[in-house]
This record gives sequence, C-alpha cells and structure tokens, in this order.
Amino acid sequence: MREEIIVSGRMNYLIDPQLHIWHWHIPLYLFLGGLAAGILFFAALYTILGKEKEYPTAVKLAPFLTPVLLTVGLLALLLDLNHKLYFWQLYTTIRLQSPMSWGAWTLMVVTPLSIIWCALNIKELFPAWDWKYKWIYDVDAFFRNNLLIISWVMLISALILGVYTGILFSAFNARPLWNTSILGPLFLTSGLSTGAAAIILMSKNAHERHNFARIDLMLIGIELFLIVHMFMGFLASTQVHIDAASLFLGGPYTTPFWLFVVTLGLGIPALLELLELKGFKMPAYIAPALVIFGGLMFRFIIAYAGQASRWLY
Amino acid sequence: MRYAMAVDTKKCVGCSDCVVACQTENNVPIGFCRDWVVEVTDGTYPQLEVEIRSERCNHCENSPCVRCCPTGASHYAEGGVVLVTPHKCIGCGACIASCPYDARYPHPDGHVDKCTFCLHNRVEKGLDPACVSVCPTKCMYFGDLDDPNSPVSKVLKTRKFKTLIPEAGTNPQLYFLI
Repeated sequence: MREEIIVSGRMNYLIDPQLHIWHWHIPLYLFLGGLAAGILFFAALYTILGKEKEYPTAVKLAPFLTPVLLTVGLLALLLDLNHKLYFWQLYTTIRLQSPMSWGAWTLMVVTPLSIIWCALNIKELFPAWDWKYKWIYDVDAFFRNNLLIISWVMLISALILGVYTGILFSAFNARPLWNTSILGPLFLTSGLSTGAAAIILMSKNAHERHNFARIDLMLIGIELFLIVHMFMGFLASTQVHIDAASLFLGGPYTTPFWLFVVTLGLGIPALLELLELKGFKMPAYIAPALVIFGGLMFRFIIAYAGQASRWLY
Repeated sequence: MRYAMAVDTKKCVGCSDCVVACQTENNVPIGFCRDWVVEVTDGTYPQLEVEIRSERCNHCENSPCVRCCPTGASHYAEGGVVLVTPHKCIGCGACIASCPYDARYPHPDGHVDKCTFCLHNRVEKGLDPACVSVCPTKCMYFGDLDDPNSPVSKVLKTRKFKTLIPEAGTNPQLYFLI
C-alpha cells in the first residue's frame, strides 16, 4: 500500500485547514439575486408578450418584492467584504474576465430598473398615490412610452443576473466542484423556478397560478436534467472532479443535498404541482414554499461544499 | 523580464527560516504567513521518501486571482510578479477562492495579502527576496528567466524540476528541483 502524509506549516485563518472565506452572505445573496432575477424575467416577458392583464401578479405585483430582495442581497454582499469602505472600487473599472465585476455592473442596471418598475405600478398597491410634482409625472410618462425598451433591457439583464449567480462560482478552477459551466444555466433555472414559485404564492388568480405551476414544473424538470448532467460531467472528468462529486455521492453533503435540494426542493413540489394540475385539491402554498426552500438550500450547499473541494498536490 | 524562483527539494531541510524571514521583512501579521514549509512523506514502509518544499505564491503567468479580481487590485507588476494594491482591494475573497495553491489570506486590515517576491522592498534594490537571502542551505534561487546568467536560469538548465499542479493551467513561476 502506498502511503502519503502531507504536513504543512501553514495555518492561515479562514484558509487552513479548509477554505472558509465565504460564509452565509454569498449564498444568501445568490438566492435573493436569483429570485429577483426570476420575478423580473417573468414581469418583463409577459409585458413584451402583451399579457399584462392575463398575469397581473407576475407583471405588476410580484416585482414589488424585487427592490427589497436586491437591497437585502446587496447588504449581505457588503457585509461579506473585508474592506467595506472600499466597495466603490468596484465601480471604477470594468473587468470583463471577472464575474464579480459583471455582477456589480449588472446589479447597477437591475436594481434601478426594479425600482422604476415598482414606481410605474405604484397605483396597483396604493390606488390613491400621487407623485405631487409635475416633473415626476413627466418622467413617469417617459418610462411608460418606452415600456417595451425597458422590458427588453430588464429581460436581458435579469437573465444575465440569473446566469451570473452561477458563473460567479464556475469561474474558480481552484474549486473543482464549482468549476463546471453547467452552474450558470443551473442557477438561472433555479432562480426562474423560485421566481415562478413566489408568483404562485402571491397570485389570487387561478388561471395565473396554473400557468406558473406549469412553468415551474418544466423548470424543475430542466433543473433535474442539469443536475444529472453535472454529476455525469464530474464523474467522467479528472480525479479532483470525481472527488468533488463524491462530496454528494457518499461524502458529507450527501444527505443535505439529496434530501433538502433534490427531494424536498424539486421532487415533492414537482409531484404536488403535477397533482394540482390534474385537478387534485391541496393547499396551494406547499409546493412553491418548498421550491423556494430548496433554492435557498441549493445555494448554501454549493457554496459550502465548493470550499471543501480542492486540487491535490 | 520574468521573475521566477527555484527551490531545491534535495537541499531544503524544512527549518522554516524562510517563513520567519518573510514575516519579519514584510511585517506579516501574527498568526499568518506568506510562505510555508510542506513535508510530503510517501511510499511504503520501510521504503519511504520525504520531499520538503518551501512554498509561496506561484506568481502564475495565467493567474486565476488576477482574472477573478473585480477591481484590478490583483495585478501583474514588473517581471510578471503578481501583487495586490491594498487601497484598491475590497476584500471580496474572489482571489482567495480562485487560488488553487491557497497562497492568499485575508489581512486583518481588510485587504488580501500574499507573497510579493519582495519586489519593492528588496528586489528593486538589487537584493534577493528575504526568504532566499536567509536560507542556511542556500536551497533557493531567484532571478530573471529572460537573463540566461541569472541563478534561477542557470539552475533550471542543469537540474530536473517540476511545478505544482500544472494541470490547473496556471503556468506557475515557482519551480521545485527534484
């Protein structure tokens, strides 16, 4: 038997014995960012398709959540920084190869857009709302006249936001578990799915709920497909990728991943949504609540397990 | 100009003088280190082999840390040395997560810190990095790979060497003589 013992004199805080540089802030932000991206995507999509009246919650009501989600997410990101007072350095440069730079600039577009979107729909929430100043009405009219352009910008930037939450991880080749480009589409799909779930939770319109249950079902199917492909990719790759996959296939993250993410977050809600679409009566909030829970767990598990995966040398 | 370092694993005795010299020269905060010593024992008893390596940032030619940095704080300086500009660093940790060698650490002042090859404080003055200059077995060689007469160029011409995880695609500039 070949034995190998590695002894290192290094004991840097948060690096050794295992990397732990990112705590709850990053996965929480990735979840909130993905959820906001999902909601904004559907709002923009149904505006572009001219179906605002058919899906009022998706287009007008659910987007009210997004400035709150994004602000909480941004606060989490700020708390994560070790050099907090220097955060503005993000906005002194554009670095095309850094996903974090992409993310910072995308948030700079998405967050104001989400606020504008809410302002345009403020009367849905407060029917007696008055902007008081004429110039605000002028700005309001300007945005209304260009609603289609705004919708397209929001649709595309929401997609970039959703993909970037996954690319943020996959750009790190030092952490084999994260280093798969499938994380981009996977996080986007999960974000869209949690967005659809939030809309189902808020909607009082049976037609809209059914439509989003169908969409969510499809997204869950795509997610399961991508997860299977992620593992296939890992298992057919190098030793470090096989080791990364084994964190979920018998390793310490096996139970949380297969129980919380796959079973509770994807399998059971898919089954419940399927039964509901077939006409079974059941409490409508269980499936979407589980989807949202699964999305949150998914990001936490990937963030923590990724830091446990590494190269051997 | 391409600065590089070679460490002779056959001469290194693992005394950690390089670690202490670095901490003193660069005011490394207590509890942290920019360079460290690794001892690898492998084989089957009684046929065991020990390799001792003084490790630090690999100053990769294709640095994941420079690529991932969102502000440009991590950058290539003179001679390809990878440096961090503290007042540009926001402490996001992207470079720490991106380094396959885990060579970076969060400095208590907020920015990220790592080996600089002593570029500004010694090398620009014509001196060797602190770790190289104190090594009691003279197992480290530093210099410019573009200069055929530099100590590192000369030793790499005559000895077998390896780099750490070249398969990570980083093109490291820290060579280990084997």
